Amino acid sequence: MSRLLDVNNLKVNFKTYGGEVKAVRDVSFHVDKGEVVAIVGESGSGKSVTVQTIMGLIPMPPGIIKGGSIKFQGKEILGVSKRELRKVKGSKIGMIFQDPMTSLNPTMIVGKQIAEGVIAHQKLSKKEAKIKAIEMLKLVGIPNAEERYNQYPHEFSGGMRQRAMIAIALACNPELLIADEPTTALDVTIQAQVLELMKDIQKKTDTAIILITHDLGVVAETAQRVIVMYGGMMVESGTVYELFENPRHPYTWGLLNSIPDVEGPEKKKLIPIEGSPPDLFSPPKGCPFAPRCKFAMDICVEEMPGNFEIGEGHLAKCWLNDSRAPKVEQVFAREEEKAIAAGSEK
Amino acid sequence: MYIVKRFITMLVTIWVIASLTFLIMKLIPGDPFASDADVLPEEVVENMRAKYNLDEPIPVQYVLYLKNLAMLDLGPSIQSETRTVNDLLAAGFPASATLGIQAIIVALIFGLLLGIIAALNHNKFLDYASMVFAIVGISVPSFILAPLLINFFAVKWGILPVASWGSFQHSVLPTLALAVTPLAVVARFMRSSMLEVMNQNYIKTADAKGLSSFKIVVSHGIRNAILPVVSFIGPLFVALITGTFVIEKIFAIPGIGKYFVDSIFNRDYPVIMGTTVFFSTILVVTLFLIDISYRFIDPRIKLTSKGD
Ligand SMILES: Nc1ncnc2c1ncn2[C@@H]1O[C@H](COP(=O)(O)OP(=O)(O)O)[C@@H](O)[C@H]1O
Ligand code: SF4
Ligand SMILES: [Mg+2]
Repeated sequence: MSRLLDVNNLKVNFKTYGGEVKAVRDVSFHVDKGEVVAIVGESGSGKSVTVQTIMGLIPMPPGIIKGGSIKFQGKEILGVSKRELRKVKGSKIGMIFQDPMTSLNPTMIVGKQIAEGVIAHQKLSKKEAKIKAIEMLKLVGIPNAEERYNQYPHEFSGGMRQRAMIAIALACNPELLIADEPTTALDVTIQAQVLELMKDIQKKTDTAIILITHDLGVVAETAQRVIVMYGGMMVESGTVYELFENPRHPYTWGLLNSIPDVEGPEKKKLIPIEGSPPDLFSPPKGCPFAPRCKFAMDICVEEMPGNFEIGEGHLAKCWLNDSRAPKVEQVFAREEEKAIAAGSEK
Repeated sequence: MYIVKRFITMLVTIWVIASLTFLIMKLIPGDPFASDADVLPEEVVENMRAKYNLDEPIPVQYVLYLKNLAMLDLGPSIQSETRTVNDLLAAGFPASATLGIQAIIVALIFGLLLGIIAALNHNKFLDYASMVFAIVGISVPSFILAPLLINFFAVKWGILPVASWGSFQHSVLPTLALAVTPLAVVARFMRSSMLEVMNQNYIKTADAKGLSSFKIVVSHGIRNAILPVVSFIGPLFVALITGTFVIEKIFAIPGIGKYFVDSIFNRDYPVIMGTTVFFSTILVVTLFLIDISYRFIDPRIKLTSKGD
């Protein structure tokens, strides 16, 4: 498999009146050709900032790139000129945003919003671009595409708008599609349709996808690899199988516990992880999860855990994986015993 | 249909304004001949009153007034024996219209430009400079600005004529004096509108498509930011019309504004009423046209009465 995107030691801050927000602190990951990589993590953990940095969409000021590198097809794209970046964004990397209601220009017909991207990147006439745009509308399952071409966004439903956004993002046949919570703002029934469409297109075109989502069910169904983010950091990453079968970070355990249990008696059983995310103005020097972690040890507060390699491509940023730490299984067992004991006392 | 409904509203508005003008004129004590009554013989004054229907009961006067108005006849002027109010308006209109239209064009073009430049350089030097200019422009009244302009451009540097009317050169200073305040208001309005638009998600979408900054600003930014400014042209128009009264007087321009001001001093009732109704009509028609055009520019508003 060939490497498409390589992000290394990315650090992004925001200057605000209250000080500098350390939104992304040392994030490294990669995406291979045709691969679906999911990014999960609670809101505010730096997912959007990470992917928007790839696209050069971070407003500067207030944003500051503190360091790192982003290579696309082997070429550095972080810190290059706007003109240089435009060779990639929109043509080789497409992006879909969370809120389809506000992501389309309300005073421009939808068709033109698809066509203008094509015109910007390919040597096509307006007429050819229009044909391409209608073709895209058909591809994303919008009926009466010719008619819809001339309509304004307010004449589209939420689901249809997100389909149109997908059409915009894919119009130039990009190698990579970045989808930042593409279904969060949609009705549940529409969510499934839009996801189905994305999976479908991914199969047809072999486009690699970075999918940001809250829904671990979606991750299991669509992605090959997962990145778990917490407090602006990557706390665990690995294949979907590894992460679901052998998670090695307490935060991931928490996430897996909070999967909506569809088969269970109470249907959606959401167990939130207690506590609140770390203060990004002055993050703790040790593990960012320590204040909420049931397994925290002295070292956790003192020193930042490194990335422990658990298996091939499986990393976990947690001291529990250090050889000197008590065996995770033992801690787990102890925790379980405690839980059972607490349960039987009642 | 929305346009028809809106058109009828417009006619009713003009009628209300005309009636109110009539009522106010009747409520003012005295009549145009009050000051002459001591000097002139009784019969002459009576004759004059009869000529202008002032001897009829007020309801009759009102009906006659409306009837003439409907036939676009604003009646005879009192001061100038030979000319009707229509003549006066026709004589003053070219100068006033030239001045007004030039000022509105200057105010819109430079106001929008200044606002856009300020917004695109948010919190940088050009932004601060534009806004300092705007604040000065808004707070300095035209009757102070006009003498200043005359002093520098006409008296000190001799680039432009001091006053009066005739060539394009004559119109430059009054146009500037008239345009500065509305220009500054438009600039501030456009700046905040543009700042808001450039923060919208669809600008991020346009950016993510890989469009050039110019394309993003022009076809996604300005296009949307200008919409609220269109609805602002109405008040701008009002400011311009009231502005012309002062400016025409200062620069001795033979426009409607000058006749209007003169007619007030002369208690020339038909001219006061005629000009008031004339200006109001222009204003109401402009508002009507803006409202209609707004519905063409903004696709979200449909030309049906459903939305009302
Ligand atoms: N323009 C901005 N100015 C200041 N802070 C920002 C800005 N954009 C994002 N942030 C901060 O960066 C952090 C990460 O945000 P984000 O990446 O949007 O999180 P999420 O994982 O929910 O997508 C948040 O704490 C947010 O407040
Ligand atoms: S490093 Fe320590 S505090 Fe952090 S997650 Fe692991 S055990 Fe918990
Ligand atoms: Mg986000």
